[in-house]
Amino acid sequence: MRRGRRAARLLCGALALAVTAARGAEALAPYAIVGDAIPEPLTGAPGDPARGRAIVADRTRGLCLLCHAGPFPEERFQGNLAPSLAGVGARLSPAQLRLRLVDGRALNSGTIMPSYYSLTGLGRVGRAWQGRPILAAGEIEDVVAFLATLREPEGTP
Amino acid sequence: MPPRPGSPLPAALLALLITWAPARAEPVAPAERRSGFEEMGPGIQAMQRDDDVNPGMLAVADGAELWTAAPPSGRPSCAGCHGEAASAMRGVAARYPAWDARTARPVDLQDRVNACRRVHQGAEPLAYESPDLLALTAFVATQSRGVPIAPPDDARLDAARAQGRALFAGRQGQLGLSCAICHDDHWGRRLGSAVIPQGHPTGYPLYRLEWQGLGSLQRRLRNCLTGMRAEPFGFGAPEYVALELYLATRAAPLPLETPAVRP
Ligand code: HEC
Ligand code: HEC
Repeated sequence: MRRGRRAARLLCGALALAVTAARGAEALAPYAIVGDAIPEPLTGAPGDPARGRAIVADRTRGLCLLCHAGPFPEERFQGNLAPSLAGVGARLSPAQLRLRLVDGRALNSGTIMPSYYSLTGLGRVGRAWQGRPILAAGEIEDVVAFLATLREPEGTP
Repeated sequence: MPPRPGSPLPAALLALLITWAPARAEPVAPAERRSGFEEMGPGIQAMQRDDDVNPGMLAVADGAELWTAAPPSGRPSCAGCHGEAASAMRGVAARYPAWDARTARPVDLQDRVNACRRVHQGAEPLAYESPDLLALTAFVATQSRGVPIAPPDDARLDAARAQGRALFAGRQGQLGLSCAICHDDHWGRRLGSAVIPQGHPTGYPLYRLEWQGLGSLQRRLRNCLTGMRAEPFGFGAPEYVALELYLATRAAPLPLETPAVRP
């Protein structure tokens, strides 16, 4: 009985997920991929690098430093699952950075980097997180603006 | 009458729930398997090694008392049926989860303790993560310290084990991660401040400094699921037992080390 209900809930969950994804996808700002980049910003307002830095360093919002290291001398314990963010603004244009944040699966279907602005292809999303992307469009633009300032390669003072 | 909670999710449903490209993950080869103990600093290792300072031993002592305490029903204590735990329970935890013929489903050690209470002692089941259930489970598992994990060769467990493997390999949650990405592909790397262990269930129930208390393997799995921003299962859910079954296969023949200490 309880089990039956759970199975039913799971099934509804799966169906609801498909619906939410469709509904959520409408709520996301549309964007166009050109080559390996998203040339147009997701919002009208330009991103703010200072806000972007705060998001990247925040382990419950950006989560970036769980996996990446970068030029953040004040942050202890940066992860090493991913390439360092130092100098990434010299390696990649803002448009390229935007696609890597929005949905890196477009470039590498096996990537472990989360898709920060996508609702598709996700399963069993926790209730608190359903129907919204990891970062909002404005936050993506803030992070892009910040990453674009990271022009010094690793080890440069 | 509990309807077959051991029955696996239909494959099609699983595929719906868990999507996206599977990780390239290969399970860690038996000779390279290592306990999370190896990933810890010397201070915490010493704390686990020394029974006089291992905080988990307090619960084991509580469990020893519960082992011999008669339930209010007047039915026998655990010791009344099983006798001396040091001999009767040696090796038992190393072969759990196991098939329970009475309910026709796989059960983990906590379920087994509660089944004995219900069936043989006429007592209420103990709540998940309650001090008494953790203490009894820790006491029983401690009798198997040093015994290599050896999952039962029982075909009735295959379906649940396969379900556990699918849950382990599939991407889930808002972050689109899988257990395998971290524990098969990236163990030994740093996730923020934590070194990612291979994720073996060798020490449960164990004392976790972050919890400031003892917790079960299901509590640990719950932590990893919420970290992935996936919906955790309810304590006692068949999905957890399925994961525990797969984890045991994946960990064999590492020796048990209950009560372990972890950061
Ligand atoms: C779970 C791990 C994880 C998290 C969290 C994560 N990344 Fe990544 N990221 C990666 C990996 C791994 C790569 C390497 C490319 C690949 O595998 O697709 C990568 C690649 C990148 C790249 C391209 C780097 C290059 O040199 O080509 C950028 C830019 C980037 N990440 C920024 C971020 C930012 C900003 C955040 C947080 C908002 C973040 N990442 C969060 C794992 C992660
Ligand atoms: C993003 C990385 C990540 C993912 C995904 C992940 N884990 Fe973990 N897991 C960890 C880390 C890190 C620890 C160690 C925690 C600590 O030391 O604070 C851990 C600990 C564990 C342990 C305890 C090992 C021990 O020595 O006691 C088990 C078991 C485990 N994970 C299983 C799983 C399962 C099953 C899943 C999927 C449902 C999963 N993990 C998903 C990172 C992850």
